Amino acid sequence: MPYTIAEKILLNHTDKKDILPGEFIEAKVDLALGNDITAPLAIEEFRKSGVKKVFDNTKIVLVPDHFAPAKDLRSANQCKILADFAGEQKIKNYFEIGCMGIEHALLPEKGLVLPGNLVIGADSHTCTYGALGSYASGVGSTDLARAFIDGKCWFKVPATIKFIYKGKLKKWVGGKDLILYTIGNIGVDGALYKVMEFSGPVIRKLGMDDRFSMSNMAIEAGGRAGIIEPDEITFDYVKGVYSQQSIDHRKKKKLSTVDRLRWTALKSDKDASYEKIYDWDVSDLEPQVACPHLPSNVKPASELSAIKLDQVVIGSCTNGRISDLRLAAKILKGKKIKPGLRLIVIPATQKIYLEAVKEGLTEIFVKAGGVFSTPTCGPCLGGHMGILTEGERCLATTNRNFVGRMGSPKSEVYLSNPAVAAASAITGKITHPGEIA
Amino acid sequence: MQNMIIKGKVHKFGDDINTDDIIAAKYLVTNDAKELGSHCMENIAPDFIKSVSPGDIIVAGKNFGCGSSREHAPLALKGCGISAVVAKNFAGIFFRNAINIGLPFLELDILNEVSEGDLLEIDLTIGKINNLTKNKFYQTQAFPVFLQEIVKDGGLINYVKNKK
Repeated sequence: MPYTIAEKILLNHTDKKDILPGEFIEAKVDLALGNDITAPLAIEEFRKSGVKKVFDNTKIVLVPDHFAPAKDLRSANQCKILADFAGEQKIKNYFEIGCMGIEHALLPEKGLVLPGNLVIGADSHTCTYGALGSYASGVGSTDLARAFIDGKCWFKVPATIKFIYKGKLKKWVGGKDLILYTIGNIGVDGALYKVMEFSGPVIRKLGMDDRFSMSNMAIEAGGRAGIIEPDEITFDYVKGVYSQQSIDHRKKKKLSTVDRLRWTALKSDKDASYEKIYDWDVSDLEPQVACPHLPSNVKPASELSAIKLDQVVIGSCTNGRISDLRLAAKILKGKKIKPGLRLIVIPATQKIYLEAVKEGLTEIFVKAGGVFSTPTCGPCLGGHMGILTEGERCLATTNRNFVGRMGSPKSEVYLSNPAVAAASAITGKITHPGEIA
Repeated sequence: MQNMIIKGKVHKFGDDINTDDIIAAKYLVTNDAKELGSHCMENIAPDFIKSVSPGDIIVAGKNFGCGSSREHAPLALKGCGISAVVAKNFAGIFFRNAINIGLPFLELDILNEVSEGDLLEIDLTIGKINNLTKNKFYQTQAFPVFLQEIVKDGGLINYVKNKK
């Protein structure tokens, strides 16, 4: 029977012989993730179950990143619940402040997710790892608690929608613009309970950071996963990760030609069945901006030049990676941000933080008048490090612009790629990067 | 086991009600349903909490519960007294969470059929809704068997324990 890549991965994690969209299955997961907001509830549920030991202390990841470093006393309590549980259960992949990062940038960087893996995370943006050719899906705290017990999760097998991107991307247009365009086109429920499979010649040329941005926002269209078939770029990324000394959190593995062949062969079958296929030429695509209060409310940046800004945030699990910071720094180099505007740059992980320092990016941001923060989800979900008050407006490289997402229900959030964000920080209004650089 | 007959008055919401609407992230520093419930829908309907009586029902449009994975969203709804949600359809993670914690819901597009404050009686086992105010019936499909088993066991954790 022909399968999509998503169906193949799900099937591989069951003891079933075949699989059909719409069917309920129980599958073994390779990794289960929680953070300082969702894990405390999972830990409480786990304790209520009476089970004493987690199923496998190497397959659970706990990352305090949302309200961490703890923003107040109650957040400190939440973080401590993670630390205590990690200590008690000898969880190998608990990342304390100092080695942590925003979970969805951190896990791939640590080599914890590989092509073909089945990953669940009690965080909606777990779909980010689809960029590695894994099936990764956001679940709730009780799902996580259940995975702690027996390493399994229930799934209703989703149908897949295929997105084919053709043509050649213009300058300043990347993965973020492709996904914003996609969500703008199909709506915030355009892939409701479906897998989104991103493919075509444009995707094959995208680097991993751009791919992560795309898969990351699959959830904003209702997608259960956002998968990209692994290729040489994927293999080189994982190989790069494994060659670093810092990989001590998963059993060390020497990557071989066998892995390369196995991973790059993990594809949807030619005659696999799709619920729908979108086929787009994106050669004319301009940098995109999502306007309040839905990620689907998308317009070209050039049409929004009248929108004045109070704050610009560059960071998050969507766009806080090194290539995002390089792109922003390229525009901000030797320039000053608009007086009165606040620019907050947040590298997604400690590794990215250090790279930014070494490459001189931090200096560029600070000299331009911005601040450079420790890794945290922080303002993206209205936690801390840049909350908006009534009447304020922010352009962010984050993923959601719901009412009150970044603070006051009377504030506004616009979403863009890092180049648009950097250019806009200079002018104080939404700006196409071509006008600056 | 869950009570399968639910009775309460209607609170109407539109399309794409997201989890930040249901419970803003700044309150996610507790697992206490009552405390979460006291801030339910605060950003989009500040007076909602004052008007809810225990047992009330939310009727909404498409894609209810979109956005984050926070299980605090269905917990907040339960915590403020909401006994069921009827919507055209639900976002994937909210759907799981509602099943897993036992917040009853039905997929049915009745937003334009009911008025704010209508008294509804829902029979979850057969997927039937009786609008006692308007004297009308609405019918949807009952839950798939797999999900019924989780609900019958009183949530996912009990389901897993009973299977062992």
